Amino acid sequence: MAQTVFAPWNDPEEKPLIQFRNVTKRFGDFTAIDRLTQDIYAREFFALLGPSGCGKTTLMRMLAGFERPTEGQILLGGQDLSQIPANQRSVNMMFQSYALFPHLTVWDNIAFGLKRAKKPKAEIEARVKEMLRLTRLEQFASRKPHQISGGQRQRVALARSLARAPKLLLLDEPLGALDKKLREETQFELMDIQEKTGTTFIIVTHDQEEAMTVASRVAVMDHGRIVQVDTPDRIYEAPNSVYVADFIGDVNLFHGVAKSRAERAPAPAARPLPEPETPEAEDALREMQEEAARKPQPTALGMALHDKVLAPIVGKWLDQQPKALPMPDPAPATGVTEAAAPAPVRTPDAPQASASTPTAATQPPAIPPGGLEIHWHAGQPPLVASNGPEALAGRNVVLSLRPEKISISKERPTAANVLQGKVIDIAYLGNISTYYVKLADGTMVKAQAANTRRISRRGITWEDTVWLSFTATAGVVLEDDT
Amino acid sequence: MSTGIVSRGQNTALGAALIAVAVFGALVAAALWRGAAPGAWAVTGSLAGLAGFLALWTRAGSDQRTSFLGATVIGLPYAWLLALFLVPFAIVLKISLSDVALARPPYMPQYDPAQGWAGVVDLVRELDFENFVFLTTDDLYWKAYLSSFRIAAIATACTLLIGYPIAYGMARAPKEWQATLLMLVILPFWTSFLIRVYSLMGILGNEGVLNGALIRAGLVSEPIQILNTQMAVYIGIVYTYLPFMILPIYAALEKMDESLLEAAEDLGCSRLQAFWLVTFPLSRGGIIAGCFLVFIPTMGEFVIPSLLGGAGTLMIGKVLWEEFFNNLAWPQASAVAVVLLLILIIPIVLFQRSEEKAREAGK
Repeated sequence: MAQTVFAPWNDPEEKPLIQFRNVTKRFGDFTAIDRLTQDIYAREFFALLGPSGCGKTTLMRMLAGFERPTEGQILLGGQDLSQIPANQRSVNMMFQSYALFPHLTVWDNIAFGLKRAKKPKAEIEARVKEMLRLTRLEQFASRKPHQISGGQRQRVALARSLARAPKLLLLDEPLGALDKKLREETQFELMDIQEKTGTTFIIVTHDQEEAMTVASRVAVMDHGRIVQVDTPDRIYEAPNSVYVADFIGDVNLFHGVAKSRAERAPAPAARPLPEPETPEAEDALREMQEEAARKPQPTALGMALHDKVLAPIVGKWLDQQPKALPMPDPAPATGVTEAAAPAPVRTPDAPQASASTPTAATQPPAIPPGGLEIHWHAGQPPLVASNGPEALAGRNVVLSLRPEKISISKERPTAANVLQGKVIDIAYLGNISTYYVKLADGTMVKAQAANTRRISRRGITWEDTVWLSFTATAGVVLEDDT
Repeated sequence: MSTGIVSRGQNTALGAALIAVAVFGALVAAALWRGAAPGAWAVTGSLAGLAGFLALWTRAGSDQRTSFLGATVIGLPYAWLLALFLVPFAIVLKISLSDVALARPPYMPQYDPAQGWAGVVDLVRELDFENFVFLTTDDLYWKAYLSSFRIAAIATACTLLIGYPIAYGMARAPKEWQATLLMLVILPFWTSFLIRVYSLMGILGNEGVLNGALIRAGLVSEPIQILNTQMAVYIGIVYTYLPFMILPIYAALEKMDESLLEAAEDLGCSRLQAFWLVTFPLSRGGIIAGCFLVFIPTMGEFVIPSLLGGAGTLMIGKVLWEEFFNNLAWPQASAVAVVLLLILIIPIVLFQRSEEKAREAGK
């Protein structure tokens, strides 16, 4: 079965389920939501992510009907919600505290909403049973909330809010009270249930890992505004502002002045490939390509036969679309993919290419032309970002660089960007280690490496002088708005 | 497990040694008080107890010392109950089984300590249930019980109807106001109960404040007879017992999570439905506690019916008072009290049992 990527927001035909139109909410002098406009589509798992006090809970409470917008409109399926009281909306909420009725059994808690809807008794029984099965709570039906564990309570709350089959389910920090292991399990359970029921979910959370795990789209909020809405991978790999880059995950920020690089990029090639960033990645990529070459591939005639003749009858079984999420575009303005660059181009303005190194015998790395170089510190070489938009040339910019994009080695590597420093601290997290490296000018840089080897064979330790390197497209150049 | 048994044994030994010290010490002190030389065995006993206690105490680990002190702390309320509830009850029970006599105190038989154990046997032999039988011969008593029960039940219902909205309002008031409101509810307690009832007489009387205001307002031409009617008794009970109803209900409502009401609304309840389906059942504990706190003392209430109810109001507390002070019939009065206690305690115990069972069934 071919799986198409779920992206209704890219489809101009698709009608949004929820529309925020210029919504503002003020509490006295405090503006909780500031002229917010956003569409959310049916069957989406939409995450509202932000620090506490950013307005995400207010947004959710307005959808549930516990708050009214001061200005603007919220539409649910084209209908203005402001005229519909909370108890008549086809919206249900799973509360942060679960808000289970302590005097009622699990069964009665789940049946509560159905009884209010005056459903016939048999139907209520069938629906509650279905919900109990969905949340694997059958044997706890006659227990009271205080007689079950936190994880079970969380599932009761979910079952209760799903029982009325709402068009929209709101989840207010639903997993905050669970421990890490249970939280991770429950996240997958939530995704599973969301897929099974086909309900639109909006989740409020301050846990970015949770948001990235469960959501189809993540909205990062700050001071009552949505700063960026995108798929989790794009939020992470292509943040549109320093705020988003800094809020999501770990990041190194290099503040500097951008200068345009001399050479222009050639026209991008037809088939972009994921960029190799570390030797391991290059190996993996080569293996993938080799494997792909070994597999039988349909010829052009075969493809045409499949697409035109067989697919309309028996359905598509060869998928041309990648199963994985799309790789982020390097930059919106000057989309350059370095793998497309032809033979290694010597770039005289790239510092490490001209620098004489002990390993001069090795081939200098291929630095794609174009983009920006960032002069960030007087004593340090400028950083090359071939994906930097030319429009930012001459401006104050921030190069945002994820720690896992930085390689750390004891010998000087050949790469587009090389920095030297000393290991100050190592955070050993089991699967990965984060190295805190202090550069000569005092800047602290975080670099991450996967611990693919057992501990005794890893060479880098405290106080070691190390080289940090990253490719010309590893970072994202953002306008410095601070 | 074994340490538990050891420490319990240790605790018992420590306690026994301490009790020996107390008993023998008391004998020594009594002998000294009388001016006599204390018996050698009493002195030896108290010293031996003290030595034993100290020996055990110094050998005991700090855990055992702590658990002994803990047991002592828990024991104190039990000792209190024993001394101030069970012992007086035993005395009242004994009097209720005695006969009226022209003596001081006015009942027979009395325990004669000089006769020792034989005195106890004689005493028990002379006790009988005559007074309880007597209560059934005169219809005054059961009528008084019934009337008390009716007045207490109606008054409790009225207190609940008035108290619940007040408690609800307090629990929903802004947080910064709640302490003040709570203070206003408790404030009347700072005035003597008797003075409050007397002041009600001044308000409810024919020349009282209330009738005066009504006549001046032109609502009535003649004063309404309130004082010395059952209405006055109800007003008095509701007024004086209202805080006992408000406080437990407030406590139950105040700790209720307000998101429960939002959840109820979210699941399709109107505000009124949410109240009956969520708020009310969750305040049930407070309502029951409040009703007990009002009903039980009202049942035996004596001051309010005497001062406000006039001659027409029959309540068991008043009957008891008259038997005791006017007729000097201590045995009959004691029998009335014992029956009243049983009437109150038995239903409460049964109710607690059924609650307990319901809770067990829920598990």
